[in-house]
Amino acid sequence: MSISEGAKFAWRGVTANKARSALTMLGVMIGVAAVIILVAVGAGASRSVTDTLNSLGTNTLTVTPGSNSGGFGFGMGRGAGGGGGDTGSGTSIREANLTMADAEALADPDLAPDLLHVAPVVSAASVTATLAGASHTVGTTTGSTPTYLTINNDTVVDGRAFSQSDFDSHSRVLLVGPTVAKELVGDDGTAVLDQVIRLNGKEFTVIGILEAKGSSGIQDSDDRILAPATAVQDHLAGYGNLSSISVQATSADTVDAAQAQIEAILDARHRTTSDDRDFTVMNSATFLDAASTITGTFTILLGAIAGISLLVGGIGVMNIMLVTVTERTREIGIRKAIGAGRADITFQFMLEAVILSVLGGVAGILFSYLVCQIEIAGFRAVIEPYSVVLAFGFALAVGLFFGIYPATRAASLRPIDALRYE
Amino acid sequence: MTGAKRSTRPVIDLRDIHKTYGEGEAIVRAVDGVSLRVEHGDYVAIMGASGSGKSTMMNIIGCLDGQTSGSYRLDGVDVRLLEDDQLSKIRNRKIGFIFQSFNLIARTTALSNVELPLAYAGVSGRERRRRALAALETVGLANRVDHTSAQLSGGQQQRVAIARAIVGEPVLLLADEPTGALDSHSTAEVLALFDELSAVGRTLVVITHEADVAARAKRVLRMHDGRIVADDRSVPVDSLPPRLAGGRTAVAS
Repeated sequence: MSISEGAKFAWRGVTANKARSALTMLGVMIGVAAVIILVAVGAGASRSVTDTLNSLGTNTLTVTPGSNSGGFGFGMGRGAGGGGGDTGSGTSIREANLTMADAEALADPDLAPDLLHVAPVVSAASVTATLAGASHTVGTTTGSTPTYLTINNDTVVDGRAFSQSDFDSHSRVLLVGPTVAKELVGDDGTAVLDQVIRLNGKEFTVIGILEAKGSSGIQDSDDRILAPATAVQDHLAGYGNLSSISVQATSADTVDAAQAQIEAILDARHRTTSDDRDFTVMNSATFLDAASTITGTFTILLGAIAGISLLVGGIGVMNIMLVTVTERTREIGIRKAIGAGRADITFQFMLEAVILSVLGGVAGILFSYLVCQIEIAGFRAVIEPYSVVLAFGFALAVGLFFGIYPATRAASLRPIDALRYE
Repeated sequence: MTGAKRSTRPVIDLRDIHKTYGEGEAIVRAVDGVSLRVEHGDYVAIMGASGSGKSTMMNIIGCLDGQTSGSYRLDGVDVRLLEDDQLSKIRNRKIGFIFQSFNLIARTTALSNVELPLAYAGVSGRERRRRALAALETVGLANRVDHTSAQLSGGQQQRVAIARAIVGEPVLLLADEPTGALDSHSTAEVLALFDELSAVGRTLVVITHEADVAARAKRVLRMHDGRIVADDRSVPVDSLPPRLAGGRTAVAS
């Protein structure tokens, strides 16, 4: 019997009971769509994180207080302060600190020729901004020098950035992120410019609005304010240690050299060695590695969970095929009586299972493309071609695998028994 | 095979066939030592009450079931030695089945049903269609080729089944109670068709419990308790079937 003939018989089998075939396909469709969508969400999250990190620049380094031998750094520069923690089993417990003097020492062109910019970073926690009755708890409050804007690729879209003289004179001037601006004055937030707002009761003048950086999914990068470190220390954070020091290397190629220079200078100042260092230097490559490891694991985990639903869909196919074989026992008997061989019957029912799973797979792919047009949690899911191929291939394999048992069962029916079956 | 010279080889050659079910005390001898030769062109009716073993005979002759002992040569082939798949092929090439309940494939057109044996025999699409249409023409259903079985009457369905049985030019047409599910009008049609098929030289074996069906055959076998108890021939193998041969319908009893 020819293949097209077998395909015709199989197709007739699929269309004989449309509702049941559709429901069976739905199981496979959901499985395939789940794999593709979840992998796409994982990939989208990964891309979003990577984009965020890339926007920081590939040649930036961050010095945070405390040792961090694990390599996974979450205190990303202007975040809520570096992770504390002691330096372990040293003879003396060292207070982990970075000072303004440390930052100044790094700006030494002789000892640190590969460092382009250095900016001390001061963070203040739980700062509430108020303006004429409007109140907003700011996500991130950062105090630094004007070079911080350069290092961070930050631009001021409205108004002006603060200057070195603002820093030196402890001016209470302020740059706000778009989110903060909108929260305080509504609309597009531009009206906040030149307003005097209160930060925890202290008056600051808004001199500029920062460019929108978008959301990274977890954190709103635009919910922030930026002021001269001196003013932040005076009024919000208190005197003391820096949260971190942001450094920009002269180029992406000198990042490693820059890291070595920073470590040498700070080791000398802190009287530490690589064994008992009380600070950590992270570069963006380290962040990227850590982030992609995490998102990669996450994606695989999501995909595996989705794979289970695909497996369940496959079992649905097998279940329906077994029902079909039982229902069509008599037909199988007739076919065998008039000359169908085992191979003919096996082929027909296998093909029927494969048609169900492949159509389900195609529907799943189309469905996942539709779903991935929607923005989820602030980022767009990115469909990975490999996940489409994988899910489709898996659906096909599921059809073949779960079709084998019902098909061989059909083929091994004795015609005399099958004909007698009512 | 019309007017073709006939092989001297019998179509059916059964020798001392036994078929038993169960063991020991509960043993059932469904067929208990049957020997039978059916020549090319013969029209044989096998009669018997239910439980006489005629259905088992039908299954053995049709290669749907194997015998417990004895030998069976179908058109010279010893079927005992064949595997499941080879038996399928033998059934496909040598036997055309006509069942009581028609056994057409549901939701499938008459044409596709008739094409089916040819499809399994590997006949290509165009040739298959031509032969299937010719077979449907023979049974008088040329105007019903695209009807599914649900759209056909019982008599029409049985005629489609006959078309399916003859389309592959098998050496043997094997009918199991072919008129059992039909009204008298359809029965007459089907039996007339059998007469015509016999007249053109086809070999028919009809299993029935109805005397007026058996009366149309050239030779009537009666079974009882798994044995052939009577074997009456009304007309010679070579002649036309009794009804067409001149109204000699009497069967010695």
